[in-house]
Amino acid sequence: MNPLELADAAPGPAFAVTLDGRELAALPGQTVGAALWAAGVTSWRTTRGESRPRGIFCGIGVCFDCLVTVNDRPNQRACLVPLRPGDAIRTQEGTGHEL
Amino acid sequence: MSSDDGRPRLAVVGAGPAGLAAALAAAGQGVRVMVIDSAEAPGGQFYRQPAAGLGARRPQALHHQWRTWRRLREGLDRHIAAGLVTHRPDHHVWCVEQRPEGPLSSLGSRRFTVHALRGPAQEDPVEVRADAVLLATGGYEKVLPFPGWTLPGVVTAGGAQAMLKGGLVVSGRTAVVAGTGPLLLPVATGLAAAGVTVAALVESADPKALVRRAGALAGRADKLAEGAGYAVELLRRRVRTLVRHTVVEAHGTDRLEAVTVAELDAGGRVRPGSERRIRCDTLAVGHGMLPHTDLAEALGCRVEPDGTRVWVDDEQRTDVPGAWAAGEITGIGGAALSLAEGHIAGRSAGARLQGREPVPDEWAAAAKSRGELREFLGVLDTVYVPPAHWVDQVTDDTVVCRCEEVTAGAVRVAVAELGAGDVRTVKLLTRAGMGWCQGRMCGPAVAGIAGCAEAVSRRPFARPVPLGVLARAGETAGKPGKPRENEDADDIP
Repeated sequence: MNPLELADAAPGPAFAVTLDGRELAALPGQTVGAALWAAGVTSWRTTRGESRPRGIFCGIGVCFDCLVTVNDRPNQRACLVPLRPGDAIRTQEGTGHEL
Repeated sequence: MSSDDGRPRLAVVGAGPAGLAAALAAAGQGVRVMVIDSAEAPGGQFYRQPAAGLGARRPQALHHQWRTWRRLREGLDRHIAAGLVTHRPDHHVWCVEQRPEGPLSSLGSRRFTVHALRGPAQEDPVEVRADAVLLATGGYEKVLPFPGWTLPGVVTAGGAQAMLKGGLVVSGRTAVVAGTGPLLLPVATGLAAAGVTVAALVESADPKALVRRAGALAGRADKLAEGAGYAVELLRRRVRTLVRHTVVEAHGTDRLEAVTVAELDAGGRVRPGSERRIRCDTLAVGHGMLPHTDLAEALGCRVEPDGTRVWVDDEQRTDVPGAWAAGEITGIGGAALSLAEGHIAGRSAGARLQGREPVPDEWAAAAKSRGELREFLGVLDTVYVPPAHWVDQVTDDTVVCRCEEVTAGAVRVAVAELGAGDVRTVKLLTRAGMGWCQGRMCGPAVAGIAGCAEAVSRRPFARPVPLGVLARAGETAGKPGKPRENEDADDIP
């Protein structure tokens, strides 16, 4: 049993997004964080100070640990932002503003 | 301002059990209600629904008390169809203020403006005006730090549940669920049902202590049965439960690989030599809940000094005229208590907004339930507490403030060498609590490590607000530069 089977989910067709240029499949309605978890990815940010990896922590938009760059906009909360076909997710380093 | 048909308007912030129960009760009294909520669908955290696009045909498999949810949902739909309730999803409220001027409400008090940001980007401003507000903002999880807790794969217990309920995803194959409190049970059974191997449920408290307080618990046999139900399910799924144990460290370099758990002695200290390692790729951890009191606090409502609850009277009124509060923000208590409080708050607000003195007899059942549950939870609170000496396990190099990467060592230096004697000074000296989350994650940890009392965090805005929005906030509708689609006075139809 996986979560989709548990809830007897019949999602719409999967669509492609990219993580650092690599193509991933996402399901309609999934947030960035959910699609990345489904793809086996658990970190997509490094911290400003110690460059440590981070991903989902609180899962409900409170902790800001899951910040990520989506379509060149840094500091999006992966647990809140829903994905759309073709979205380009990029690992965020530090503040996400330096090149 | 009253609506076109003269009915007074109530803005409910939050669409969880408390907010929905309040909205239904108030609409039932004939007032117009706007439910403003940050999620895409109503339900709050407890009844968080799978995203619509996922096409879940059996969402109840992820939930408890589904029948109650159906009743709330149907009631909401009915009132929406009748035009009495409007639901505004994906609206992120950052401030509720009492308007300094303009006509008074039907309560004879100052009317309110609710400021929100719309959409997942949270940049599009909306202002909602109402005669009264009802705050049902819910809560979030408290997590105390331990070495390795910032590793990817370590998530809050509620976070693991939220991702499962909302996104139908889990973060790995093998999980340990740890910490303390009743939430750990549904999280462990939920993950197990979703195919995750739950290697252990690690509870630092000793639930046997509940038995000694059986007298106080007897009134809520339903809650005890609920707990027993989880216990049976854990057994059925062969989840090993370790009580009076705690996670002392999470291991891994760039991702969680294992945790070390250890036994606690009667005094709450780790028993030397009892450590053992459990391999896992997910640790779902939580040490209780904290309420979202920011909006109430900024509005001027009285908040208990430790920040754990907004003061309310028997009708769920705060001490700000025209502002009610219900659910977790008046003290953490779970969905059943939230429903009771929401119902009472909605009845009271509905009657008073129409100039009627409410009749408490009309909500006697809810009041009885509220009283019993508060008593029950008061007992639970004495049992489910973090280990008395959790601070001893937090090494100096452990990051405490996740946002600003402030270590426990830095907090200790601020106290021992720089003379900080309260959490505010620790914050100013270390930056702990100054980051993105504004201390929501590290507040209790910093206080504990510093040995200071927890204090109400004053956050004038409940979430980050673009400067342009702030500059234009409160401009009257019709003036240039007003927020796009300012929903202003006609917002509660």
